[in-house]
Amino acid sequence: MLDKELRSMIGKVKDGRMDRRAFIKRMAAVGLTAPLANQILALGGVAMAEGPQVYKPTKRGGGGALKLLWWQGPTLLNPHFATGTKDQDGSRLFYEPLACWDPDGNMKLVLAAEIPSIQNGGLAADGKSVTWKLKPGVKWHDGKPFTADDVVFNWEYAKDPATSALTIATHREITVEKVDDLTVRILFNKPTPFWADAFVGAPNTIIPKHLFADYKGSKSREAPTNLAPVGTGPYKFVEFKPGDLVRGQLNPDYHMPNRPYFDTVEMKGGGDAVSAARAVIQTGEYDFGWNIQVEDDVLLRLEKGGKGKTVYAVGGDTEFIALNFTDPNTEVDGERSSMKTKHPLFSDPAVRKALSMLVDRESVKKAIYGRAGRTTANFLNGPEKFVSKNTSWEFSVEKASKILDDAGWKPGADGIREKDGKKLKIVYQTSINGPRQKTQAIVKQACQKAGIDVELKSVVASVFFSSDVANPDTYAHFYADIEMFQIPLSQPDPSQHMRRYLSTNVATKENKWQGTNFPRWVNKDYDAAIEAAESEMDPVKRAAYYIKANDLMFQDTVFIPVQHRLKVEAAANNLRPIISGWANETDNLHDWYREE
Amino acid sequence: MSKYVLRRLLIAIPSLLGISVVLFVVLALAPGDPFSELATNPNVPPEVQAALRAKFGLDDPIYLRYLHWLNAMLHGDWGFSFVSRMDVDTLILQRLPATLYVIGSAQILALLIAIPVGVYAATKPYSLFDQIANTFAFIGFSLPTFFTGLLFILIFSVTLDWLPFVYSTDIKATGIRWVLEMIRQAIMPVAVLGLFQAASMTRFVRSAMLDVIRLDYVTTARAKGLGQATVIVKHVMRNAMIPVVTLIALQIPAVFGGAIVTEQIFRIPGIGSLLISSILSNDTPVVMAVTFVFACLVVLFNLIADVLYGWLDPRISLR
Repeated sequence: MLDKELRSMIGKVKDGRMDRRAFIKRMAAVGLTAPLANQILALGGVAMAEGPQVYKPTKRGGGGALKLLWWQGPTLLNPHFATGTKDQDGSRLFYEPLACWDPDGNMKLVLAAEIPSIQNGGLAADGKSVTWKLKPGVKWHDGKPFTADDVVFNWEYAKDPATSALTIATHREITVEKVDDLTVRILFNKPTPFWADAFVGAPNTIIPKHLFADYKGSKSREAPTNLAPVGTGPYKFVEFKPGDLVRGQLNPDYHMPNRPYFDTVEMKGGGDAVSAARAVIQTGEYDFGWNIQVEDDVLLRLEKGGKGKTVYAVGGDTEFIALNFTDPNTEVDGERSSMKTKHPLFSDPAVRKALSMLVDRESVKKAIYGRAGRTTANFLNGPEKFVSKNTSWEFSVEKASKILDDAGWKPGADGIREKDGKKLKIVYQTSINGPRQKTQAIVKQACQKAGIDVELKSVVASVFFSSDVANPDTYAHFYADIEMFQIPLSQPDPSQHMRRYLSTNVATKENKWQGTNFPRWVNKDYDAAIEAAESEMDPVKRAAYYIKANDLMFQDTVFIPVQHRLKVEAAANNLRPIISGWANETDNLHDWYREE
Repeated sequence: MSKYVLRRLLIAIPSLLGISVVLFVVLALAPGDPFSELATNPNVPPEVQAALRAKFGLDDPIYLRYLHWLNAMLHGDWGFSFVSRMDVDTLILQRLPATLYVIGSAQILALLIAIPVGVYAATKPYSLFDQIANTFAFIGFSLPTFFTGLLFILIFSVTLDWLPFVYSTDIKATGIRWVLEMIRQAIMPVAVLGLFQAASMTRFVRSAMLDVIRLDYVTTARAKGLGQATVIVKHVMRNAMIPVVTLIALQIPAVFGGAIVTEQIFRIPGIGSLLISSILSNDTPVVMAVTFVFACLVVLFNLIADVLYGWLDPRISLR
């Protein structure tokens, strides 16, 4: 039904009987707003429009210094080697992608001249290729022209395993060819509904061929420009001290009019989030503080009479509790949580269901995340179009107790429920991090009331998230009954995120726990939905598949979503930063300015 | 003398080797790996992570990795940072100036306070001055630097708004303004560290002086009619300073090692903050290099302290 309505609306926009804005409004009304709305139109045959521009300055420069505080400073400045977002953020000051994402998840042109669509011939109707037109007249900071050769080179550079670029996954499945000096075509080997991955956004910025050509492959680490970038961006490189400081100055030949506003940019690293919030909000020593994950009441206190404020951006990051479908306490062939076992307690769906009723998401929001969190029943919380409306959550110790009673789990002499000699005792692990330990305490308290004994375990983040095969405490080994963390959704599309939980991706000893399906949940319907979604070119059907996949996870209680987390940043009162929940903080830096 | 120094240097070699083995093994056994941040990045497939581990030799057995490291170190190659993808020595040299400036100034401040106060307090033991000095010394070394650091920030940065609390390595000024700005931003960290050091050092100087001041030769010097100043400075201090020199010599490596907590609080890009961020990101080559250099400095300055003994007190002969 939604399908039909959408289809006719797309048709109206196409014929000009309905304007784009009205379309997006209508989508919002049925709960389908935001990021991919425009991609829906693009694939429905309507050209994708750029997001609205709110840039006010009328001349280049004159804005003085922009002082950014990244409490984890960038440690390298080659986007292909970026180990975390901090490195991408630093590289993005100098390097640029073809397009980036605005706060609503719309595509915004940077080095591309137009957004590919079916009308302009950029998108192939079968979804197997996309053609980008490049902006003419763009120059690298050293004066050399930017051309299609540079784009093709980035693909060759990154896909070469000897380069050991971390962007290899984006590039190895595609083929990039030069059509002419200002046109490149990306060929996919299967229909690709989400075509905006390679060369889009801060993780996929473009490095110059003429400076890196000699350092492709195994010599990649010797390139002097790894530490002294020459890009096309709004700022020219001045100085870099790993982990401490990145400095840039205005690029007088920048290809966008009246930009950038600031004369110099400085990104300082080190310290911690709380003192970064203080330096921006309270004392005003810095203009912008990155990733201010600080308890809300601390931020509220700093904001009183301060010189800055917090800024939020909605993305799709979900803090969740994952349930283990295998038995973490029985060892089979040298591995625990083996696929040959079944979880003794969670194999009863009633236990999983009761557990999800014992997570008081509202209290977690009130006591911990505050303005930076939203309660949710879904694992997949964005983009909006992919968010299921079929789910709901509630917190009720009574109802949870009743479910357990009905399923035959009766309280024993010690108050802990048991059935057939199995006691409801679970181990709950997470990484060490203030908000996470507080959440653990809230969940444990409710479980105790319902007769479930919870043992809390916290592991240092560097161990918990490591790929160390020998360490049993990683999230991938999952040698516990339940575990809590979040996996960031790094682009406005759920495909990479959702395919982690295919049955073929189960983490086992055999694949050295590199499998991404750590709950070891196996569901044929889920596999079918994901596989269908991945080659579905009809955006509406595709969204429906992902919603179905999310709902399957909900029905089986694979994940208990704790909180939909927002990005939190700190900014000076007069700074107008553009922050997108779908992109790195510096992805829209060329549009930042200060209100006079 | 030169024979003695040579022998000591030769003895240092096996002990440094031993230290490096222990450091290396402990770091290799420590949990976690440098590519942990990639684990939750959906763009990076696990095979890439495995390939990186192989490329940086993380999957080799420990003894092989140690031999590689030792061989490289002997050739002057300090290693290659996993995280920054640059040579470790460049990384360390970049951080050295800030550490030398801040920690060095703090040590000098500590000495400038400790020696006069300690000496004066010892000449008049249990006087009012001595009591006050003692009280402050106790308060000084009871308060940890992370506490005084935050207290200073609250008072001088947040409330009074006099001093910045984010240390900046690129001050946009030249000439005298640059110097003033450098001093201004170092006041808080130097004061925090300097006062902490001065507190314990004052107690040390005082007791060293008291040990000497009661000796007969001091009475003799006074009986000869020498003035108080001459007696204290020329006769008492020279002898009392021997243990103090040891203490100072052993503190000098710390100047290079940086002060982890203080550097973190004030965001000073020094060796200490490099060490802590490298530990947190499991950047073992950097951790190894910093700790090993630190070990070398401790061994070296121990030797220097011993040689200085001979010069300060000719009765001590070095064989």
